[in-house]
Amino acid sequence: MIEVSELGRTFTVTRKAGRFRRTRQDVVAVGGVSFEVRAGETVGYIGPNGAGKSTTIKMLTGILVPTAGRVRVCGLDPSRQRAELARRIGVVFGQRSQLWWDLPLRESFDLLRHIFRVPAGDHAKRLQECAELLGLHEFLDTPVRQLSLGQRMRGEVTAALLHGPELLVLDEPTIGLDLDSKERLREFLSELNTTRGTTLLLTTHDLDDIERLCRRMMVIDRGRVLADGPLAELRDEVTPERVLVVDFERPCEELTGLPGVQTVKVEGGGLRQQLSFRRDTVTAATLISMISQRSPVHDVAVIEPDIDDVVRQLYRR
Amino acid sequence: MCAVIGCYLRITLAGFHRYSTYRQAVLAGTATNIVFGLIKVGILSGVFLARDGASIGGYDLTTTITYVWLGQGLLGVVDLWSEDDLAERIRTGDIVVDLSRPWNLQTALLCTDLGRAGYSAIARFVPQLLLGAVFFPFRWPDDPMVAPAFVLSTALAVLVSFNLRFLLGLTTFWLLDSRGVRSLYSIAAPTLAGLEIPLSFFPGWAQHALSFTPFPSMLQFPINVFVQDGPVLAMLAQQLLWALLLAATARLVLARAMHKVVVQGG
Repeated sequence: MIEVSELGRTFTVTRKAGRFRRTRQDVVAVGGVSFEVRAGETVGYIGPNGAGKSTTIKMLTGILVPTAGRVRVCGLDPSRQRAELARRIGVVFGQRSQLWWDLPLRESFDLLRHIFRVPAGDHAKRLQECAELLGLHEFLDTPVRQLSLGQRMRGEVTAALLHGPELLVLDEPTIGLDLDSKERLREFLSELNTTRGTTLLLTTHDLDDIERLCRRMMVIDRGRVLADGPLAELRDEVTPERVLVVDFERPCEELTGLPGVQTVKVEGGGLRQQLSFRRDTVTAATLISMISQRSPVHDVAVIEPDIDDVVRQLYRR
Repeated sequence: MCAVIGCYLRITLAGFHRYSTYRQAVLAGTATNIVFGLIKVGILSGVFLARDGASIGGYDLTTTITYVWLGQGLLGVVDLWSEDDLAERIRTGDIVVDLSRPWNLQTALLCTDLGRAGYSAIARFVPQLLLGAVFFPFRWPDDPMVAPAFVLSTALAVLVSFNLRFLLGLTTFWLLDSRGVRSLYSIAAPTLAGLEIPLSFFPGWAQHALSFTPFPSMLQFPINVFVQDGPVLAMLAQQLLWALLLAATARLVLARAMHKVVVQGG
């Protein structure tokens, strides 16, 4: 669906170097990024501000011409076949609107039908579906300028789907939404991927989006890909430590001498102890059986590292 | 082909609809046009009074008053200097949305503008034409062929004006903020297009110099067609030439902008 190899984009910036002198400087926004996305995948594309995410997206959709490398989306060259590509992909920019401010939502959709040249029957069917799932009926006839952000985003996503794209690119789709609206949108996108097989590529700063939606995560910083893989694998690779929380039936002295295990915290005079261990050296099951031989255990819990920690570790690389 | 025409026709209708949603704004605009029209009628009548009614550059008092109401009415239609949506969209980066659509941006925006012009023709031009015709000395054309020629000339004026505005908006891609260029234009264009006084009041050398610019094509020519001043076909031909020339230039500049320049914002 997407093939990118050694993709790069450099901007020339002119700086003041004196009263009249100006120096030109090249700034690398994206420097030699390679990846591939297959049909039906759900990929989260993340990175700190200024990492090159939006620049990549603009090159994928053909708005920006790459200065290096090769990019193909749906088998097309985006910047050369922009209009053709636009008919096959959907794009949602979380911070921008593709709807007409002064027109009712329904009329925006109708206009898009003509722009994308979608047969009336297909359009009606898809609109019906989206309206059903996203609950658009109550505000279909409201001018876009009067919609709340949550309502507008639901409209934006619908607008991007009315021409039945194979690939949906979302640039920070959940930005500014409340928890309920976020959840609703994620559910919808997830269903879209499973039932229609639409490939999803999304950039976000909300890691819950990734956790809930994306089977694969790609981390980019300063124009380079830092990590690429399933979330679980990245988690094991970057933060192999797990924390085991053990509640004993009665206070127990600090556990020592367990192989590859470090004590994180002892609470309640030894009633609750937190231990960190590496998953590649010892399994949680072995560890629990070793501990229960020393003192009767009331309860145990294994804490997975937070996705935020994983990403923070990755950015540090 | 039908689908293409259907698409752009639909965009034109949406343009019409978009502007028709702002009734109060249109009303306020028309009221302003009328106030300025009254002031111009006052001043220009004074000029003729001082000259004992002697005509200036072929314009007598009735023609001049007719010119005032046509000009005031057409101003909203050809739109010489309104807020530039395009420049604003480039400045904020919203242009990425327009660029990721399967359409020709220039044609799409032109259609929106034609829709707007169509609405303005009904809501702003016609009322002022009637106002002028009913309450003031007014010079109706004596040849029925003037009507289609005037409509055509006005449409061409909109094309010329749109492409000039579009070009100015595109400079934002390079300048990052084109307010300077546009404010210069908004001062120069009305005078050079013949909004304040008819271009035939200008000294000969100035008229000659202006005849090499697109400005008269945007306002003075449609008015001239209506008041039957000058060769109709030559004026229409010049308007057509400017419309094509500017459209082609804008197309080139847009292609250049798309290839080279940064789309701003994250």
